Amino acid sequence: MTDSKYFTTTKKGEIFELKAELNSDKKEKKKEAVKKVIASMTVGKDVSALFPDVVNCMQTDNLELKKLVYLYLMNYAKSQPDMAIMAVNTFVKDCEDPNPLIRALAVRTMGCIRVDKITEYLCEPLRKCLKDEDPYVRKTAAVCVAKLHDINAQLVEDQGFLDTLKDLISDSNPMVVANAVAALSEIAESHPNSNLLDLNPQTINKLLTALNECTEWGQIFILDCLANYTPRDDRESQSICERVTPRLSHANSAVVLSAVKVLMKFMEMLPKDLDYYGTLLKKLAPPLVTLLSAEPELQYVALRNINLIVQKRPEILKHEMKVFFVKYNDPIYVKLEKLDIMIRLASQANIAQVLAELKEYATEVDVDFVRKAVRAIGRCAIKVEQSAERCVSTLLDLIQTKVNYVVQEAIVVIKDIFRKYPNKYESVIATLCENLDSLDEPEARAAMIWIVGEYAERIDNADELLESFLEGFHDESTQVQLQLLTAIVKLFLKKPTETQELVQQVLSLATQDSDNPDLRDRGYIYWRLLSTDPVAAKEVVLAEKPLISEETDLIEPTLLDELICHIGTLASVYHKPPSAFVEGSRGVQHKRLPARAGSGESAESPEVGQSGTSEAPPAVIPSQGDLLGDLLNLDLAPATTTVPSVQPSMQMGAMDLLGGGLDSLMGDESDTPGVSHRTEMQSPQPSSDYSERELGGDIGGSPSMGAALGAPAAMPAALSNAPAVGGGLGDLFDLGGGVGMPTGFYVAPKTLFLPAMKAKGLEISGTFARRGGIIQMDLSLTNKAMSVMTDFAIQFNRNSFGLAPAGPLQVLTPLTPNQTIDVSLPLGTTGPVMKMEPLNNLQVAVKNNIDVFYFSCQYPLSLLFVEDGKMERQVFLATWKDIPNDNEAQFQIKDVHLNSDAASNKLQGSNIFTIAKRTVDAQDMLYQSIKLTNGIWVLAEMRVQTGNPNYTLSIKCRAPEVSQFVYQCYELVLKN
Amino acid sequence: MIGGLFIYNHKGEVLISRVYRDDIGRNAVDAFRVNVIHARQQVRSPVTNIARTSFFHVKRSNIWLAAVTKQNVNAAMVFEFLYKMCDVMTAYFGKISEENIKNNFVLIYELLDEILDFGYPQNSETGALKTFITQQGIKGQTKEEQSQITSQVTGQIGWRREGIKYRRNELFLDVLESVNLLMSPQGQVLSAHVSGRVVMKSYLSGMPECKFGMNDKIVIDKQGKGGTTDDAGKSGKQSIAIDDCTFHQCVRLSKFDSERSISFIPPDGEYELMRYRTTKDIILPFRVIPLVREVGRTKLEVKVVIKSNFKPSLLAQKIEVRIPTPLNTSGVQVICMKGKAKYKASENAIVWKIKRMAGMKESQISAEIELLPTNDKKKWARPPISMNFEVPFAPSGLKVRYLKVFESKLNYSDHDVIKWVRYIGRSGIYETRC
Repeated sequence: MTDSKYFTTTKKGEIFELKAELNSDKKEKKKEAVKKVIASMTVGKDVSALFPDVVNCMQTDNLELKKLVYLYLMNYAKSQPDMAIMAVNTFVKDCEDPNPLIRALAVRTMGCIRVDKITEYLCEPLRKCLKDEDPYVRKTAAVCVAKLHDINAQLVEDQGFLDTLKDLISDSNPMVVANAVAALSEIAESHPNSNLLDLNPQTINKLLTALNECTEWGQIFILDCLANYTPRDDRESQSICERVTPRLSHANSAVVLSAVKVLMKFMEMLPKDLDYYGTLLKKLAPPLVTLLSAEPELQYVALRNINLIVQKRPEILKHEMKVFFVKYNDPIYVKLEKLDIMIRLASQANIAQVLAELKEYATEVDVDFVRKAVRAIGRCAIKVEQSAERCVSTLLDLIQTKVNYVVQEAIVVIKDIFRKYPNKYESVIATLCENLDSLDEPEARAAMIWIVGEYAERIDNADELLESFLEGFHDESTQVQLQLLTAIVKLFLKKPTETQELVQQVLSLATQDSDNPDLRDRGYIYWRLLSTDPVAAKEVVLAEKPLISEETDLIEPTLLDELICHIGTLASVYHKPPSAFVEGSRGVQHKRLPARAGSGESAESPEVGQSGTSEAPPAVIPSQGDLLGDLLNLDLAPATTTVPSVQPSMQMGAMDLLGGGLDSLMGDESDTPGVSHRTEMQSPQPSSDYSERELGGDIGGSPSMGAALGAPAAMPAALSNAPAVGGGLGDLFDLGGGVGMPTGFYVAPKTLFLPAMKAKGLEISGTFARRGGIIQMDLSLTNKAMSVMTDFAIQFNRNSFGLAPAGPLQVLTPLTPNQTIDVSLPLGTTGPVMKMEPLNNLQVAVKNNIDVFYFSCQYPLSLLFVEDGKMERQVFLATWKDIPNDNEAQFQIKDVHLNSDAASNKLQGSNIFTIAKRTVDAQDMLYQSIKLTNGIWVLAEMRVQTGNPNYTLSIKCRAPEVSQFVYQCYELVLKN
Repeated sequence: MIGGLFIYNHKGEVLISRVYRDDIGRNAVDAFRVNVIHARQQVRSPVTNIARTSFFHVKRSNIWLAAVTKQNVNAAMVFEFLYKMCDVMTAYFGKISEENIKNNFVLIYELLDEILDFGYPQNSETGALKTFITQQGIKGQTKEEQSQITSQVTGQIGWRREGIKYRRNELFLDVLESVNLLMSPQGQVLSAHVSGRVVMKSYLSGMPECKFGMNDKIVIDKQGKGGTTDDAGKSGKQSIAIDDCTFHQCVRLSKFDSERSISFIPPDGEYELMRYRTTKDIILPFRVIPLVREVGRTKLEVKVVIKSNFKPSLLAQKIEVRIPTPLNTSGVQVICMKGKAKYKASENAIVWKIKRMAGMKESQISAEIELLPTNDKKKWARPPISMNFEVPFAPSGLKVRYLKVFESKLNYSDHDVIKWVRYIGRSGIYETRC
């Protein structure tokens, strides 16, 4: 039998001939004709004209012919909806056939006929088939429900098919269960909020039972569905993990990866000190390694996933470096991915081996691969300090090969090495300079120029070198132009005598002859800086640079968590959330990792959180009430004295306890900047000169003007000179000024703190404000009694953040009856600390000539947000990752009608700083940082969807108890 | 899920096109042809996204199989499915070639209809499929036969049908290992592992329950505690440490997980029972010692020694050593002690073949390579020397201890089954850098 002949009919009049054959009486001839039709259809010819003739062949007991006709029908029914109705009868009849294979065939095919008109005719047959006695028919019908839902969702709901489908989860046949799960999962995806796949411990148990019995594909459906479930507690989580781990030995890689997904997700909930947690970690490594012996396409999928897993849990594969060594015959896509993972796994323990490998790779043929290998050597130097020297010498060897792209790549990474280890490897500069002429890629040129500028004082002919670049200034890319400008300015500051002409030349090139605003602005800034105050210029341009990070290309933590939930899928291959490549509503729902059970008190991280207070023996901290009494009796006697700044010794016990706790918190914080640094090395914009960029960027019209002047800690001198610079640059400042100035701290209207009834006629209302970095308590005192009040004094109880009056209560004149006086009391944050409930509670005692009165009030936490709370991006990223996930709290801010820029502007007024903004699918993600007066950092991610008045706010902080109050501040600020 | 499946020839002409989802149109067929097949080497990933449509492809000789989707599908599953699809086609009509696909296009459509429903893979076990997708129609079946088919296709034991009978109950067990090595020029092992497969051919009646045992370290150690520790000491390597293993779906994984015992009801005929990987204490059957010397700019001297490292009574076969030569080679003179060696200009390599070689022997080849002077600055990359061979033992040290067969309903016992065991060790990627 050679069916290939059907592919060769190309003559004219073919359709007519086929028509005749289709209507032939002879069965064989009919079948031949239908085959020809299908062959034509396959190669893309339009044979829809034959519709009635083909459908006429449908009524046959020849199954092969029937299948062919059905195939035709599925293809063309949509273009001939009226004709398609002719087929309905046959379907209905076939669904009653005694042969289950025919029943299944009918139900399978009719779901593929996407004609609205005939769907309702199909409901009855489908209903029957869903309850068919034969499991083969039922499993086919289950999928048919999903098909029908895709055509007409309403119909499926109205007909109650969803409930029938749910019942099938309890079916006795594992394949029926698996298909029902697949169908339900798909339908549920298009109804993100429905509780369709009502997963509870009972259904989970059913699924886990079916998991052991069904086909490999069914196991994938079930595991993917399980991954969407969130166990109630760590125990449930562990028991599911225990039942899923055997799947790691399945021959089908997809089953293995889906099992890994379930385990990675549910592991989040297990306490880390649990034995089982360690066992599980160990069990994950071998199957992941085994995936690398699969076919190359699967290896690629596996490697993309391993890349995520290594970022999330580096401990799993840290000893498996060798398996990622590149084989000579690996396809290029496998090689590149392996290299990525090698760099991530590189550590002091294995660096020698890694370097030897990388050196091998650098001599391979594929250009991309070689480049990546060279870059990897540089990354190793930065990551493992002990290896830096060896890396540099390896790179030098490579430069000696004179292979153009190798040299360029090497120079780019050497620049990074200079950044990381300043003043250590300058001896190689001479070698680099030899290769100046061969550099033709912008990134390499920019890197070389940076090196020359940075080490201008040690390169004798630096001016000549830079001048040679200057000749073709306008032909260079922006990256190179910017770098050249900066380098020459650096050179000038270092060797002012010889290079005056050069610097003027570059400044005029940048400011007068360029259309690029970035370049022009930077040029102007330098020009003015140099002409106004060369000392300040030196401070700014030659400022010490922040350290660079060890890790690059890290996936942002929230995205990483989401991708972990998508292990095995396309999202994990693309390293993008599904919403980035899937159209419509399907799969757009963001998935999240579950939070660790029993967080806070659990043994997870004793140093974090409220442990400082909660672990203290109760005897040391007297109850709040007692303390209040003691405190107030102590000091109120001398009426007008200021509040003592030295605290009585009896309070020290409690204070130490808490102070210690908070200190350790602050200690943690101050450590982090050392761990993680800026990483923009690979971004096209050269970021070597951080301080300049910051300045330049902000002047370009950013709303954060005030903050920009205060923010970069690297330029204290520039700060003091700011007014002078500002004057000189008046015209520039005007551009940005006034457009988006921060709105300032939001001050709530005064509320009643102490009613007159309770205080013998004294009424106190008040509010809190933060003005120019000073915390103030604004009070209105009203005398509602009959007699004059004098001798006012105020005192606070110990409170969570050590708020204390920084001066006396200034009521200088006696308060006569019915008189109101407004006073502003400055507050400091150096008072004694005790955790209050709620956290922002403040207990106050006010005394006058009549008596002492007590009241308590609550201040907005934003009072404590300090002005220098803008974190560096990189530090942010690292800190965010560093803070355990269970410290994350999520809130909804409803009904805010601001766009993200206005919101961020508003928040900035209250010292909530937006560090970065990212827009994904009409959704703005604002990353914000806040620093509290006691040094606690709060990181926040605010999601703003265009047109949606509800914001989602995720707050991460090492002291998770503040999150709630931070959220309140957001509410308060955004809504007023 | 999978939205459509296309098969192309090397020119990009469509041989098979089956669309499962409405979001995949005919233009997807062309998009893949234009952007992937015609782009030749430009596409560097098996997953390609073109206009929000994702294409997964695998190639078998010069035939392209592409699965298409617009959703966030399980990527690993799609590739597994494509491989499976190839297996099924091979099982039905042999080699996957343009000719065979055209000749069997009706069958392929029928198969695609069965094993992929709305883009969800369904039972794809060839054994089961062959019972009802025959290209002969299913008219003649009785009712019992029909329900037997459906229960097999959907059942717990989808890979075996009931009522199989053999006059002689027989089974063949092949332990096939490929040993992979990457060695530095100095003879340091950079990486080595064995990936092995246990392939079984079973001709057994009824629904036999089988139990397979090997010298798995974990099992042996567990038993060792019972008393027989002497054995292990005597001949050194009695048990092997298996890094990881995966099993055919017939094996009860939960039982393996809890007791580490391998029990199953086997499919009929040939199938792969398990795959495993070991990295510890591997017997490397050959050692390659390269010596490359550059004599001036136009000459290379190469000397390669191979040493066999196994029992002298055993014979290795099909030995082939491939020594790469630079692209600018103009002529080669070879002298070898054993076998035949030839310079193959088209492959840029000297290929040295030896039919047989016993254990603990040594052989040597030396070659002088004349080079054309070039002004190419780029150095020759020196690809590694690779080697192929076949040895009659398992380089991992794996030993089959038993394979027990129990069939309670039919009257044959474990003793009546004739069992054959064979070990073959082959070279995987066996490379020595030079």
